[in-house]
Amino acid sequence: MAADGLIEPVVNAAIVLVALLNLLCGYRAVRGPTVPDRVVALDAIATNVVAIAVLFAIKTDRPLFVTVSLVLAIIAFLSTVAVAKFVTEGDIIVTQE
Amino acid sequence: MAALGTIQTWAVIVLVVVGSFFLTVGTIGLLRLPNVYNRMHATSKPATIGAVAIFLAGFAYFGPGGAGLPSLIGIVFLFLTVPTGAHMISRAAERTGVPFLGSVTWPGKSDDD
Repeated sequence: MAADGLIEPVVNAAIVLVALLNLLCGYRAVRGPTVPDRVVALDAIATNVVAIAVLFAIKTDRPLFVTVSLVLAIIAFLSTVAVAKFVTEGDIIVTQE
Repeated sequence: MAALGTIQTWAVIVLVVVGSFFLTVGTIGLLRLPNVYNRMHATSKPATIGAVAIFLAGFAYFGPGGAGLPSLIGIVFLFLTVPTGAHMISRAAERTGVPFLGSVTWPGKSDDD
């Protein structure tokens, strides 16, 4: 059981690192020359936030946050699809002829 | 904190470290690569592998009885949705006229048109 006290500092360091990575992705979301660049950056931010939710579940020993991360992943996918559709068609819900 | 075996503890630590590494690689690729399509490659593959490794760390920590199964469902969900979203963004980028680098073309189009 020598490694038992090692989980908490490792997970804390990982949370701080992924939060800093999110800031770097935010640079691409602000600067990114085209609209798809910004969408890709926001998608990467969403993936990092999913990882942070799982890390937080491990840190606080509360399994509820794994479910939270699933909901975040679903919202990220829906928003990506909606924005891609909007950029392509100019409209999200298109009626078929 | 739940009572963990030694192997379980080391599995959690190693998976968290591997996941952080791959998320770092994905972010560096997002910042440094030259084109939307190349940046999409960086975010859709290494960042997904990093998130999957961290989900596996959650599975190793919580075990198969409690919140481990939602972690596995999260892995399956990421593997299904991330390529779909990346393909939709790349198609939107191609439709709005973001240029390719070099001699790259969209699949199904010849070089002339």
